[in-house]
Amino acid sequence: MVDLLDKNKALMERMQRVAEAGSRVGPVNEKLLSPTRAMIDGRDTILAGTNNYMGVTFEPSCIEAGQKALAAHGTGTTGSRIANGSYAIHEELERELAGFLGMKHCIVFSTGYQANLGMMAGLAGPKDTIFLDADSHSSIYDGCTLSGAQLVRFRHNDAADLDKRLTRMGDTGGGHLVVLEGIYSMLGDRAPLADFVEVKKKHGFQLLVDEAHSFGVLGPNGCGLADEAGLMHEADFVVGTFSKSIGAIGGFGASNHPLFETVRYSSKPYMFTASPSPASVATATAAVKVLAREPERRDRLQSNSARLFHGLRGLGLELGCDEVSPVIAVKCADEPSTLVMWNELLAAGVYVNIALPPGTPGKLCLLRCSVSAAHTEAEIDRIIELFATVVAGNQLATASA
Amino acid sequence: MTDDEQEIFDKLSELLQPFNEKQVELKPQTEIAVDLAIDSVSVMDFVMEVEDHFDMDIPLNVLSDTHTMKDMISVVQARKKT
Repeated sequence: MVDLLDKNKALMERMQRVAEAGSRVGPVNEKLLSPTRAMIDGRDTILAGTNNYMGVTFEPSCIEAGQKALAAHGTGTTGSRIANGSYAIHEELERELAGFLGMKHCIVFSTGYQANLGMMAGLAGPKDTIFLDADSHSSIYDGCTLSGAQLVRFRHNDAADLDKRLTRMGDTGGGHLVVLEGIYSMLGDRAPLADFVEVKKKHGFQLLVDEAHSFGVLGPNGCGLADEAGLMHEADFVVGTFSKSIGAIGGFGASNHPLFETVRYSSKPYMFTASPSPASVATATAAVKVLAREPERRDRLQSNSARLFHGLRGLGLELGCDEVSPVIAVKCADEPSTLVMWNELLAAGVYVNIALPPGTPGKLCLLRCSVSAAHTEAEIDRIIELFATVVAGNQLATASA
Repeated sequence: MTDDEQEIFDKLSELLQPFNEKQVELKPQTEIAVDLAIDSVSVMDFVMEVEDHFDMDIPLNVLSDTHTMKDMISVVQARKKT
């Protein structure tokens, strides 16, 4: 009989190569000092790869809300939302989010990954077709697969390519759902939403925008890319996560569709899992209030992002995209040199994400930074200084990737 | 192989070259992902090239049953007819 894990031998070899280069896949934060600092390997380290965009993880009002909920409602709900796991605080969070987004309905999921699984599977079925951007997050791919819908992939950020595929497909007798992301997690680029809306007007599909990296970040109201583009009314469905700007864990789907509440009963990732724990729900609700109350956090994030973007570009490094966003990825030449540089950065006191194929588009090897509103200018400058020493000094890194 | 299959095979081989970093010799029975040791994203990128060349949609769902070059030829033939 074949050993099930035999097929993972190549993966084991790769993990060993990474370990030999002195890395761990995911270093351990021994103690968090702030939203932007932790002790790693006994060193005070600047965190520049946390997706903690709004820096709310140590916000006193969020911590207090979490502690109160923990004391009042206990450690966990021990049940699904459709059984014993619906508390008043879950409904309060859904109302708070719907109000923030200016949408009629909101459904909370237990993780961001499950929000995409649950939305795709809850919306589309075997007779429908989902058109997804080639660079979509893994949770979107997995949700699409779970839905059983026919899946068509279009070229990244290419509205004309989507138009061509929709035209070629024609009327299938089922619904058509197009899935885009506000900010793409690896390169930090945004979907050209206005172009896609033109295609929507021509073909009449339903549009879902995953605002995982853009919720709280983009737009005059912090609702995401659709808000920034002034096209909230064109997004039939919005998905988001609590593990980034909200600083908790969980996710949501929102819509104005009159039948949207039925997704609670057509989505197994919503039904067949325990609802989010009280402390997490309460911190998420408090964080949404912070985002609404303190728009200056978005301004600080924007200014920190611009400082890092221009600082790194000034070093001659090739970045993931040409527009400033809180996701700033430095393209590197190959896996071995990226591993070496990532280790050197960590040893020198800055944690960034290392992103390698197949988790990256176009087989890119990336040192990916994510910026926080909580970073100080001094921290941003230190990150730039370390990239100057470790990365810009490395000839391999400046070779075109 | 029929002439039509040979023609599709030749075109698929050409489209696969940029992904065939190890320069594995391509035969009808070659398993695309396994023998070329390419990841799932590269397989999907290759399929996108095939879609564009033959001006057809190949839904990702089809790929779970498509392993070899011969399988891929069958997919192209089947979708040419639709």
